[in-house]
Amino acid sequence: MKILVCIKHVPDMESRFIVNQAGDWFEERELAFRLNEYDEFAVEEAVRLKEKLGGAADITILSIGPDRVVEAIKKGLAMGGDRGVHIKDDLVYQKDPWQVASAIAAFARDKNFDLVFTGMQSQDRGSAQVGADAAELLDYACVTTLVNIEISGDVVTARRELEGGMRGIVRFKLPAVVTCQMGLNTPRYPTLPNIMKAKQKELLTFPVADFLKVDSLVVIEKMYPPEKKGRGQVLEGDVNELADKLAAILKEKVPALR
Amino acid sequence: MKTLLISEYRQGKLLESTYELLAFAKRLNAESAMLLIGSEASLPDFGGKVYFAEAGKYGEYNPDAHKRLVMEAAQKEKPDYIVFLHSSYGWDLAPRVAAALKTAQISEIVGVVDGRFEVPACNAKLRRLVAPKISQSILTIQPGAFTYQGEARGTPSLERVDLDASIQRIEFLGYEEAEKKDVDLAKAEIIVSAGRGVGKKENVEVIAGLARVLGGELGATRPVVDAGWVDHSRQVGSSGQTVAPKLYVACGISGSIQHIAGMKKSDFIIAINKDKDAPIGEVANVLAVADVMQLVPALMTRLSK
Ligand SMILES: Cc1cc2nc3c(=O)[nH]c(=O)nc-3n(C[C@H](O)[C@H](O)[C@H](O)COP(=O)(O)OP(=O)(O)OC[C@H]3O[C@@H](n4cnc5c(N)ncnc54)[C@H](O)[C@@H]3O)c2cc1C
Ligand SMILES: Nc1ncnc2c1ncn2[C@@H]1O[C@H](COP(=O)(O)O)[C@@H](O)[C@H]1O
Repeated sequence: MKILVCIKHVPDMESRFIVNQAGDWFEERELAFRLNEYDEFAVEEAVRLKEKLGGAADITILSIGPDRVVEAIKKGLAMGGDRGVHIKDDLVYQKDPWQVASAIAAFARDKNFDLVFTGMQSQDRGSAQVGADAAELLDYACVTTLVNIEISGDVVTARRELEGGMRGIVRFKLPAVVTCQMGLNTPRYPTLPNIMKAKQKELLTFPVADFLKVDSLVVIEKMYPPEKKGRGQVLEGDVNELADKLAAILKEKVPALR
Repeated sequence: MKTLLISEYRQGKLLESTYELLAFAKRLNAESAMLLIGSEASLPDFGGKVYFAEAGKYGEYNPDAHKRLVMEAAQKEKPDYIVFLHSSYGWDLAPRVAAALKTAQISEIVGVVDGRFEVPACNAKLRRLVAPKISQSILTIQPGAFTYQGEARGTPSLERVDLDASIQRIEFLGYEEAEKKDVDLAKAEIIVSAGRGVGKKENVEVIAGLARVLGGELGATRPVVDAGWVDHSRQVGSSGQTVAPKLYVACGISGSIQHIAGMKKSDFIIAINKDKDAPIGEVANVLAVADVMQLVPALMTRLSK
């Protein structure tokens, strides 16, 4: 089985974000980046599938972005991917989901992947579009918000998450794109030997111009921090003082404490 | 300006969330028509045109057919915007329609500023203002961001849409309900919730201890539940329970859109987070900036005295 996993390298969401000079994105220097959380579930599921097939699968890990994304690809390889593909684009943040999906589809078109895994959304932009867009472009079946998957031959039975914890059960045939939701599995930590092995794995690099042939459909006007509503009180300082203050607030609010 | 609103229908019923689409259209000052793939037994209270197809024929979940039905309705209506909720139905269907029409899509809209759309980024720590470059584009709106004021009224005029051939690449086998809940958080007056910031499973006991001292229930965020630290029945948020207690204490919780959707109606919110910029601060009445595993034990000694 030929498997493609699309991954994005995103900043740690606990970072302090500062809008860049151009005002259209955040300043990336000084930020720690990691593998998009949802894509970690995607890589893990692909590797588990390969294990279930007794190794009879080939996993390509693909990411579009500047050089730093190689770090995410290496993590995917250390988790069990076979080959990395870096589509190099220093200005990926200016591309809309449609362009990202077009580049992925252009790469995948002649490669006959049976199954493409993506995350359900990217944490930095969260459009939840790229996977379904790519499926449409490749004319593959697509199931989003995957929380469970079982494959037998070319028939897939899957569960997708709906609101309030309800699930919908679906069945479809390969080839397909699935977008992975949180909780699909528990991603493994790469072991040291596997991290070392990953360094020897094939890593192909292409300029984005090889695959991206379409213009953006969306204009980004600006990026800015949300307006502070000023409703809340912010308490800072020594833990003991904070505890005093919170205890006073709680004693006022909570009948059980009186 | 014209909008085509894609209503939501599940388990034989029109979903209330459909009215949020009308609220959004109003916010845009746009004329609206709807598409309902549902049943005549459950029509929206809406006095305009509803393009209608039978869910009995096309299924409640059949994205390939629904995509074509949206395109049919759009061809008749020629809207400036085709609007979905950013829901499990909407985020699934919208990009398929966008890609098929080769048009722009803007997801998770939370506001409208001079005809451009405001969307969150980076777990709601930032906002972006974006606009489609071409007409007849696709929008998905954040559930809860636009609420319908007043009572909806009217009887729609139906215009049927149909497809020549039925397509069904994805077979829908049915729904699976969430596990039965042994705690009804919705009734709790006080909830103390643990987020990933509590660090590890053993620490959840400390947060549960605070809940006990306050006479409340323990709640949790999704990753804490997924990790098996807390039972699913205690998950607060869009894929868990919606709660509105008198007091909500958020411990080590960043305040994602999906979590906030489940607890923002709480009367009083206290957040404990080491990150002063955490978006939970946007809804909290009090944000204590501290390490939760230092502050909560210190607080407990003061409360049990
Ligand atoms: C379709 C969908 C549905 C979802 N449904 C839900 C849902 O129902 N409920 C839900 O909760 N989520 C839901 N999510 C997930 C949601 O997007 C977030 O990922 C999740 O809410 C984050 O949980 P968290 O705040 O515990 O973790 P994080 O976002 O990782 O935040 C941890 C926080 O803890 C703080 N912290 C870290 N260490 C400490 C410390 N020592 N002391 C104090 N603070 C500390 C950090 O600053 C950070 O703000 C859903 C997502 C999707 C896509
Ligand atoms: N630059 C990228 N390179 C590779 N895959 C991506 C990229 N951006 C998004 N994806 C994939 O598409 C999914 C959805 O992203 P988005 O539509 O931005 O929310 C992500 O979880 C990734 O799997």
